[in-house]
Amino acid sequence: MNIDRRAFFKIAAAGAATALCPASAAARPPKELPPEAVGILYDATLCIGCKACEVACKAENDMPMAHDTPLERAHGVAGTWDADNDLNSRTMTKIKVYTSGTAAVKDREEDGFSFIKRSCMHCVDPNCISACPVSALTKDPFTGVVRYNPDACIGCRYCQLACPFNIPKFEYDKAFPKIVKCQLCPDRLAAGGIPACCDACPTGASLFGRLPDLLTEAHRRLTFKPGERQQYPVRRLDGDEQRAAEVTGYYPKVYGETESGGTQYLMMAGVPFDKLGLPPVGDTSRAQLSETIQHTLYQGMMAPTLLLGGLVFAVYRRTHAEQEQEDASEGVEPATEAREGRRDA
Amino acid sequence: MREVYRPIGGKLLTRHFYFMGVLVLIGAFFMARRFIFGIGDVANLSDGFPWGIWITYDVVTGTAIACGGYAMALLVYIFNRGQFHPMIRAALLTSVFGYTLAGLSIVIDVGRYWQLYNVFLPQYANLNSVMLEVALCVTLYTLVLWIELSPAILEAMKDNRHLRQVRHALFFFIGLGILLPTMHQSSLGSLLLIAGYKVHPLWQTNIIPLLFLLTAITMGYAMVVFESLYAAVNLDRPIETDLLSKLSAIIPWLLILYLVLRISDLVWTGAIAALLKPGPEPLLFVLETALFLYAIVNLLHKERRVRPRVLFWTALATILGGSLYRFDAFLIAYNPGPGWQYFPGVGEILITLAIIAVEIMAYLFFVKKMPILLAARPARLGAKA
Repeated sequence: MNIDRRAFFKIAAAGAATALCPASAAARPPKELPPEAVGILYDATLCIGCKACEVACKAENDMPMAHDTPLERAHGVAGTWDADNDLNSRTMTKIKVYTSGTAAVKDREEDGFSFIKRSCMHCVDPNCISACPVSALTKDPFTGVVRYNPDACIGCRYCQLACPFNIPKFEYDKAFPKIVKCQLCPDRLAAGGIPACCDACPTGASLFGRLPDLLTEAHRRLTFKPGERQQYPVRRLDGDEQRAAEVTGYYPKVYGETESGGTQYLMMAGVPFDKLGLPPVGDTSRAQLSETIQHTLYQGMMAPTLLLGGLVFAVYRRTHAEQEQEDASEGVEPATEAREGRRDA
Repeated sequence: MREVYRPIGGKLLTRHFYFMGVLVLIGAFFMARRFIFGIGDVANLSDGFPWGIWITYDVVTGTAIACGGYAMALLVYIFNRGQFHPMIRAALLTSVFGYTLAGLSIVIDVGRYWQLYNVFLPQYANLNSVMLEVALCVTLYTLVLWIELSPAILEAMKDNRHLRQVRHALFFFIGLGILLPTMHQSSLGSLLLIAGYKVHPLWQTNIIPLLFLLTAITMGYAMVVFESLYAAVNLDRPIETDLLSKLSAIIPWLLILYLVLRISDLVWTGAIAALLKPGPEPLLFVLETALFLYAIVNLLHKERRVRPRVLFWTALATILGGSLYRFDAFLIAYNPGPGWQYFPGVGEILITLAIIAVEIMAYLFFVKKMPILLAARPARLGAKA
């Protein structure tokens, strides 16, 4: 009777051993930046909060305007403001504002204010892509843009749970809903253009470029001294449009350089990023951890296959012996009640 | 070993049954609304809380409660405790409906349900996705459960030819039926790994797959005890105190293992410090632990363990503790950031209640019409077993 159990422990131990031994060796390395990676550098100190980017984004992507009926009635107007106050299933980019105390001075933490532009971060190692069961979210192998394919999507919303920036939005109000997120204006990029938000930005606060160049530019700006006048590129980093502006001083960090394994949307600001509502994500992607643990346990289905073999063997031995015993006894005693009541295994 | 299973018969359309039927009709109304007007019409789900009670209760908790079939198979076939064999069919029955209705909940919860079959298409498969593993495994296991239960149905139909064929292959499906829940019950916990900071540090841990698996098995045993006592009280069946007491004796050891692992992991990672922070989370953690400790303390006592009342309350405490653990991890102690809140909507709750009602109605139908529960064993056969 104990043989089966011993056999089971052997199988289980073998399975556990194959599963656990190469654990550290098999840790999934972080994802690398794609060769032609592009992105956006958003500089809150240049942003004037005009929201031209929001308007351009909606126009480019045929997204409806939101109405706040009480607000419109109070002012006797209609269609003046796009009234959503955060990202949602009809808003893929949003200018938000941080204020403190008297909010007298721009880009100051105390008694100041700052804008922040939120949209998809286009992570280098995106959690949403790791989470999606049907590959509806993919990363472009060259530009690194995180794209969405509604024909694959089943609407499970695991991407929403997985995203540390709460970016993918879902159309809860529709019978046939989709996930909505910024895809960096794929048609414009394909035609050699730049995303609508960067194209519309008059101050260069949203700047499009190749990611390594954007990072260099960001670190160049970190060396600027407050009060200096500096030249800032406008719309695209590799274009010739420039504008001079006074430096107001930077919080010494480029948000997105390392966050969650790095992102292709970088941010600079005069106030700390937690004040601007950016979440406390670590420097490694959770996708890396999740995949490491899962692949360590499964080992390309080797461990489950071994375990299945052991389990089926153990069950077979037990039920086989039982059946033989029963067949033997059935020959001897004329089964009456017992014939009707069946053994089930 | 040979057992005699019999349909217990009796009137099916009782007042109790009609009440469940009304709940199902109300739920069906809200389900229709969900499909016509969208999820937001009935549910309070949001971009911050994409998963509500449909996932947390119907799928994550519901399938854990439905682990009876798995837990009993593990005991009988792998740990060779043949004495529990008579309880397997009843355990399988609750498992079958728990899993089948979890599948139904997924169809309701998922936004683009008409494309749900994409999960089975290789060109879309993302082998890095924990969700893919859960989806495939749960679907396959639901099929396996129906195959494992099919002898009872075939017996009721007196289809002896198919019965014989199923019996010959059954050992394979029993083996598969032990592997699959081991995989997806742990992966249901792994789903949360990627959510990172959104899951409270008292619940977010790298050993979450192990903790989910352990509690699922324990809840499976508790559910078998609970279901057996329910049948004894409501269906006028003899109380199988002897077997239930032996079965319940396993529960405290699994819970002790779980608590030791969970607490030492919290100490090891330093996340235990979160217990001293203000807010409801430390209280929830204490409540979970208290429910488990209640079961442990009472079930470790041999004299207390033989009392049906103790068996009932400890089984309930174990089920509640395991359920609370899942609710805390997925919903209550889940925080996507400032500004997001979730409490289930009326329609959302009524759909879940309807699904539970279907489970109970199906259970009553099966035990009354099919050979699921053990007929009182004749002394001769009893002695042999």
